[in-house]
Amino acid sequence: MTKKEQTAAEIVKAARDKNKISARELIANVFDDFYELHGDRVMEDDPAMIGGIALFNGQPVTVIATDKGTTPQERIARHFGCPTPAGYRKAQRLMTQAAKFNRPVVVFVNTAGAYAGAEAEEQGQGYMIAQNLMVMSELKTPLITVITGEGGSGGALALAGGDAVWMLEKSIYSVISPEAFASILWKDSSRADEAAETLKISPAELLKRQIIEGIIPESDDHTETCTAIADVLQTEIQRLQKLSLEELLAQRHARFRKF
Amino acid sequence: MKLYKNKSRISERHVKADHQAMDRVPDGLWITCPKCHQVFLREKLGKFRTCPECGYGFRTGARQRVEWVADDFKEILTDIEESNPIDFEGFDQKVEQCREKSGIDESVLTGIAEIDHEKCALAIMDPDFIMGSLGSVTGEKLTRLFEMATQKRLPVVLFALSGGARMQEGIYSLMQMQKVTQAVMEHSNAGLFYLTVLTDPTTGGVTASFANQSDIILAEPKALIGFAGRRVIEQTMHQKIADDLQSAETLMKNGLIDDIVPRDRQKQVIAKLLRLNRTEAAND
Repeated sequence: MTKKEQTAAEIVKAARDKNKISARELIANVFDDFYELHGDRVMEDDPAMIGGIALFNGQPVTVIATDKGTTPQERIARHFGCPTPAGYRKAQRLMTQAAKFNRPVVVFVNTAGAYAGAEAEEQGQGYMIAQNLMVMSELKTPLITVITGEGGSGGALALAGGDAVWMLEKSIYSVISPEAFASILWKDSSRADEAAETLKISPAELLKRQIIEGIIPESDDHTETCTAIADVLQTEIQRLQKLSLEELLAQRHARFRKF
Repeated sequence: MKLYKNKSRISERHVKADHQAMDRVPDGLWITCPKCHQVFLREKLGKFRTCPECGYGFRTGARQRVEWVADDFKEILTDIEESNPIDFEGFDQKVEQCREKSGIDESVLTGIAEIDHEKCALAIMDPDFIMGSLGSVTGEKLTRLFEMATQKRLPVVLFALSGGARMQEGIYSLMQMQKVTQAVMEHSNAGLFYLTVLTDPTTGGVTASFANQSDIILAEPKALIGFAGRRVIEQTMHQKIADDLQSAETLMKNGLIDDIVPRDRQKQVIAKLLRLNRTEAAND
């Protein structure tokens, strides 16, 4: 099978596809013995943010994933995978907990962005993301993020401030959606495809610019995709666990300082 | 139909008559507060450009603000080269225009200030520079300011004003959020004090990073402070949202900020907080 290169607009469409591998599938296929942990300990349990502990090749890891859900009911309950401040607080709690036990953290991101409802504003959505950025900047354990579909702006960055960011072949990572970009800058939301190109949000463009560490091949067969992800995680965890804590934090710092 | 036609004729006549009258009124004599909609004489804005009715502080350039706040100010970090990281068409011209309009090199003015004998690193974001948006140079200036403050053991005072991450720079603007965060953390870990004043508007990626990472968060009266834009929230909710959802007053009620301080008291309050949070050797 020869693969022709996809346009940015095609990748955006594929990243949002209904058949995109789900958070639950990823967790079930990449890890063993996943045990889900709930709640932010302050107000609620955001279903758009899953977290827990699992075994990866026999080693305990903390797993965090944004979840869009698969059925329409699930999607509504998870506000389409856009985490609330409570979701980010839960993620932060689990990251900090992982550091205590020296467990690597693996995060799967597929979100259009942080939830933009009135309650999210009242509960300090911006403040919570800002706090997550602080926690990740000095988390004393490896943190690896895989963007599986949409990596939407601050809502994605709040889970991607660690040591390595990888992207599935058909995923995007962007400061703003192509639709909003076209509508705000060009006053014409119908130019979203052109905006996708302009914004340079495809994995290939981002890799070229050293925003990410690499691209993971994606197959229609989700088990194959999971195997590819597991291979990358294995190598990355090994690489990062070899570093002393000082080296780990210095490399993480350098990773962002260059921009 | 006749009724409408009549109305239109009356209104045309009216406009014509008004036209001459308007010529006799000097431009900009009256001003409307965008928050409380009170119309008042421009001269009533006063030195601090504040609505006499509701206390809202009108959007003001960084150069003006530094005069209100600092007794002494030495500007630094003006030599960082501008880049157009995603080759966005028209970006270079836009930057040039903004430089002329704002009188500063980028969306944040940075320097070393003295505020009532308290020495600090001072950063002020500017509404006339792509609405204070966070671009690569903005992020680099702030990062270097924090790094310098850590080295010299100085507190940092930052006036936030921003439409958010600068979308014309694509993903690079997002990366600035984490880059600045790291510098803020190093400063914090050194036991040094960081104070932010959130002004109208503070939104998006700036709200979601350094504006909310300080030890003490102040805000100006009636300032709009939030993460998502009003239109986005209304699209998400499928309903209108309250006018004051993102006002400083609502944030105060919700426990998200420490205090609301009008402009005429800011210098005094900042100096006091700098004194109360002084780290030894900060005033060498």
